[in-house]
Amino acid sequence: MDKFRMIFQFLQSNQESFMNGICGIMALASAQMYSAFDFNCPCLPSYNLAYGMGILFVPPLVLFLLGFVMNNNVSVLAEEWKRPTGMRQKDPAVLRYMFCSMAQRAMIAPAVWISVTLLDGKCFMCAFCTSVPVEKLGNGSYTGLSEKEMRRILARIPCKEIYSGQELVAREVAVRYLRCISQALGWSFVLLMTMLAFLVRALRPCFTQAAFLKSKYWSHYIDIERKLFDETCTEHAKTFAKVCIQQFFEAMNQDMGLAHTHSPEAAPSEVGEEKEKLLGITDQGTMNKLLKSWHKCKPPLCLHQEVLQNGNGWVEENQHRNHISLPKREIVTYYSKV
Amino acid sequence: MDRFRMIFQYFQSNSESVMNGICGLLALASVKMYTSFDFNCPCLPKYNMAYGLGIMFLPPMALFLCGLILNRQSLVMLEEWKRPAGGRKKDLAIIRYMCSSIMQRAMIAPVIWIIVTLLDGKCFVCAFSSSVDPEKFVGFANVTPTQTQLLLSKVPCKDDELMKNNPARKAISRYLKCWSQALGWSVLLILIVVAFLARSLRPCFNQAAFLQTRYWSNYIDIEQKIFDETCCEHARDFAHKCILHFFESMQQEIKLRRFNAPREEADGGEGEEDHLRGITDQEQMNELLKSWYYSKPPLDVSQATQRQQPVGRERLSVPWADSLSNRGNAPQKAKTSIQTDV
Repeated sequence: MDKFRMIFQFLQSNQESFMNGICGIMALASAQMYSAFDFNCPCLPSYNLAYGMGILFVPPLVLFLLGFVMNNNVSVLAEEWKRPTGMRQKDPAVLRYMFCSMAQRAMIAPAVWISVTLLDGKCFMCAFCTSVPVEKLGNGSYTGLSEKEMRRILARIPCKEIYSGQELVAREVAVRYLRCISQALGWSFVLLMTMLAFLVRALRPCFTQAAFLKSKYWSHYIDIERKLFDETCTEHAKTFAKVCIQQFFEAMNQDMGLAHTHSPEAAPSEVGEEKEKLLGITDQGTMNKLLKSWHKCKPPLCLHQEVLQNGNGWVEENQHRNHISLPKREIVTYYSKV
Repeated sequence: MDRFRMIFQYFQSNSESVMNGICGLLALASVKMYTSFDFNCPCLPKYNMAYGLGIMFLPPMALFLCGLILNRQSLVMLEEWKRPAGGRKKDLAIIRYMCSSIMQRAMIAPVIWIIVTLLDGKCFVCAFSSSVDPEKFVGFANVTPTQTQLLLSKVPCKDDELMKNNPARKAISRYLKCWSQALGWSVLLILIVVAFLARSLRPCFNQAAFLQTRYWSNYIDIEQKIFDETCCEHARDFAHKCILHFFESMQQEIKLRRFNAPREEADGGEGEEDHLRGITDQEQMNELLKSWYYSKPPLDVSQATQRQQPVGRERLSVPWADSLSNRGNAPQKAKTSIQTDV
């Protein structure tokens, strides 16, 4: 159980790990879905190709989009793309990095589906059974049939019970032929995907590694910032509700004239603590203004004021460093934009 | 057990997680229900379509309603919608947000049922076997229209005498199943595309107002929960006081009856007798229990806090008020602080 908990916690630690977990689960789900799906070739000339290709490509598209839907970073990306610049510049490199990372993860489940489908062979067989080369595999001199009739017979290859063209082309021969091509395609696809993944991974450090590190850091930062903001808002809402209800009970007390004059010894410090947690945001209008300004004008990525108070000198290019040696810190420490 | 507790705790961490958990459970339940349901096509001309479409659409409606019922937020939303404005204005945007969030979660299980039904195909074949064009399939050449209808309606039943050896049965069945699966995948694709567009395009529209609405709807939810908890605590303290009061009044009565009760006993054993509160034998206990049933104390603990006041206000309305001034002051401070914790 400890192992389970550890894995769970590790996967939850940040959005990327979480998405890796989801990605793995979706890949397994994709393989499971394929085996649970009851493939049912219509065995009719015009329907076979549509059905086969549909089963080969529509579920991967569904899985790809599902991979995006389940990724919280989609809305983070859209938000970051659409927000007004405010006090914080937008960096297209970060947006590109986020998009690429999401797309790569979303592509795994569809790739698994396509590989499994091709390696299994039923889909390919259903789609291309009418294109079997009769001259090579069967009795090419069977000329008593029109084109349409031949296609109708060939379309029944996947359906064992109703196949009537044994003299034209032996069913087992056609099936083996089609399966062989399907599996060859399947393995080539797997090899291609793996090669691409390998190249992307191995060659990436050769191109603009510094810029890459930057984009990766800031994209993680945006994700973490959003999560912390949501958590802070939830904590704030809890405290707000507690204080609101306390005041409500007290007001009811006063209204009903039950002036107890009980002096709650422990209560004022408790209430005071709670009120401090509210960080000065104590009514609806102020909170609304805060939330609006979080979207319209995000704060700059610059902690100069706090850093300099601590004597931390990591900001080399700050000209005000020499001036702020006196404790003038009361001016801007929190949400000055509210 | 540990695993369950951990999963339980994870889902309880906030109400959104709880709702997601319930949503997931309903979805799994929906799939399990479908697989264990014994589908039984009637294979009669008029009944097929009714049965097939019924199975395809009635359980989803039930699952949708279940999803609404199990979601605590629907009650919160209704309350918020129906309350008088009072000291707090109502914001329709919040109600709309909560409504749409509830609907989205409630729709997942029904959609899964419909898709699994379509991908499986039995329902579709049963419902639409009579609507197939018989000329596309061999085997219906010399048959009257009514006979054709009858035969077509027997297609879903593999073991039926009339259609068992008819080659067209499998062809029709396969044809309909193919359509059913195509429809199923298309529905799934459309829904996922809609979900994807909704998710990725939402920040483009009025994001600031959305942040506000989301915060306040979360707040309303939390406030409701904390209020319930506060009321529970209050009720517990109230009951505690009430019962203490009752035990004390019993103790008073018994003391009054015992003329030769030594004082030291009462004061010395104060620490141990605190739980017994003076009731120390069977007869007394029976008397107390009888009195608890036949004449419960009033729901008013203001005397309990008032008689602790050193001023000694006499706003009392209970018969045993006379002996109150005999009480010592030591345990009263503790009671006061419990009362004001709310």
